Amino acid sequence: MSASVQEQVLEIVAEQAVLEVSDVKLDASMEDLGIDSLGLVESIFAIEEAFDISVPFNANDPSESDFDISSVSSVIAAVERLIAEQKG
Amino acid sequence: MRRVVITGQGTINALGQSAPATFEAFREGKCGIGPLDIRDVDRLAIQIGGQVHDYDAQSEFNRQEISLYDRFTQFALHSAREAIGQSGLTFTGELAAQSGVILGTSGGGLNTQDENYRAVYEEGKNRVHPFVVPKLMNNAAASHVSMQYNLKGPSFTVATACASSNHAMGQAFQFIRAGLATVMVTGGSESMLCFGGVKAWEGLRVMSKDACRPFSANRNGMVQGEGAAIFVMEEYEHARARGAEILAEVIGFAMTSDASDIVMPSRQGAARAISGALKDAKTPASAVGYINAHGTGTAANDKTECAAVSDAFGADADNLMMSSTKSMHGHVIGGTGAIELLSCIMALKDGVIAPTIGYEEPDPECALDVVPNEARKARVDVVLSNAFAFGGLNAVLALRRI
Repeated sequence: MSASVQEQVLEIVAEQAVLEVSDVKLDASMEDLGIDSLGLVESIFAIEEAFDISVPFNANDPSESDFDISSVSSVIAAVERLIAEQKG
Repeated sequence: MRRVVITGQGTINALGQSAPATFEAFREGKCGIGPLDIRDVDRLAIQIGGQVHDYDAQSEFNRQEISLYDRFTQFALHSAREAIGQSGLTFTGELAAQSGVILGTSGGGLNTQDENYRAVYEEGKNRVHPFVVPKLMNNAAASHVSMQYNLKGPSFTVATACASSNHAMGQAFQFIRAGLATVMVTGGSESMLCFGGVKAWEGLRVMSKDACRPFSANRNGMVQGEGAAIFVMEEYEHARARGAEILAEVIGFAMTSDASDIVMPSRQGAARAISGALKDAKTPASAVGYINAHGTGTAANDKTECAAVSDAFGADADNLMMSSTKSMHGHVIGGTGAIELLSCIMALKDGVIAPTIGYEEPDPECALDVVPNEARKARVDVVLSNAFAFGGLNAVLALRRI
C-alpha cells in the first residue's frame, strides 16, 4: 500500500511539474519543482480523486492547513495518514 | 469635456434591500454573512455566504415576470426601481433615445442554469421551460431594465469576473462624458449562491469556512455574496437644469490588464489602474481621502492591493482610509463594484466611512488604515473604488463630493 501511494503521488507531482517521475526528488519542495499555486491546487485535486479522500487545504494559508506540503515526502506522508484516517 | 454626476442609487444585498438600509448597516458595521440556505448545502464544504434573506419575488413580480426573470435580473430590477425612482427621471422622446443601460455580471442567470441542468442531467427530464435561454443570458438584466424604463440608447452587459460592475460603470461614465449619452443606468448584479455556483468556487480552495476578514493577519479567504446595485449617471448640466439631487460626481476611470496570470493578482497592474484613474480625474493622490478596496480577504489579494496602493500613493498612502465592505456583504463577484460604490457615496455625501469588520490582527503586509471594525466620521473630498478581477483585469473609479 505504502509504495503505491508514493508511486501515485510521484506520478501526480511529476505530471504537474512536467518532469519524469525519476526526476522528482523526495526532498524537493513544490517550488523547487516549479509548481505554482494553481499547480498545487490541481495536484491536491488529483490526489483527492486518485485516493478518494478529502484533503484539508486552504490556499490562503497552506501552513495552517493540516496537510504538510513542504516537500514531496511530506505530501506522501500526509496522504498516507489521510487514507488511514478516512478509509482505515 | 462634459461632467457626469450620480442622481439615483438602489440596491439589494445581504445587508439590506434599499440604499438607506445598506447605509445603516455600513454605519453599524453589521455582518450580512451567515449560514447558506440553498438546496444541497449539506454537500458543500463552504456553507456560508452573504445571502439575501426575507426576499419574496412574488411580492415584487407577477408569475409571468418570474418565468422570465432569473434571480440576478430580479435583483437588478429591484435596484433599478429604487435608483430611477430617486432620480425622478422618466424616459420619453429624445431623452429615451439618448439614455441606455450598462450592467456588469459574471455568472448571469446561474440559478437558471443550475436548476435546468439538474432537471435534464440529475432528474433525467427531456424537456425544459421555453424561456431558459432568455432567462439565463448575461444581458437579460440590462435588457429588462431597458424595456421597463424605455431606455433606447447604448445598452449592453460587461462580464469581467469580479471587475464587471466597475468596467460597466466606467463605460457608462465615459459614454456620458464623450457625449454619446445623456443618462446611463449602470451598476451590476449577481446571484451565484446556488449549489453549482458555490461548488465551483470551493474547487479553487480560496474560500473561508467561517468569515471574511480582509487585511487581518488571520484572514483565511473570501466569502461569496449576492445582490445588485444600480445607479443613475447623468450629464451634469442636464441634472442641474432640472434641479436634481446630486449624490456625487464621477471624475475618473481607468482600466488595465496584468497580462500575467489567470488568478494571481499583480501589484503593477493594480497600481497602474489606480494611478490611471487619478490621472484621468486630473486629481493629485493627496486629494484622495478614502478607497473602497477590492479587499477580498484572500492572502494574495489583500497584500498585493496594499502594496499597489503604496506604490500609487507613495507617502500619501499613510493619510488615507481604505476599507473592504466585502467583510459585511460578501464578494458579490460581478455585482460587487456596484454595491461597494454605495460606500463611496456614503463617504462623500454623509461623511461616514464604512468599516472593515472582522478585523482581528494587524498584518505588516497590509499596514494601511483599514478602518477596522467601526465606521468613522470623516470629511472626504475624493474617493476611489478598486476592482481587480481574475484574469488580471483591473478597473478603478474616482468620485468627488459635490
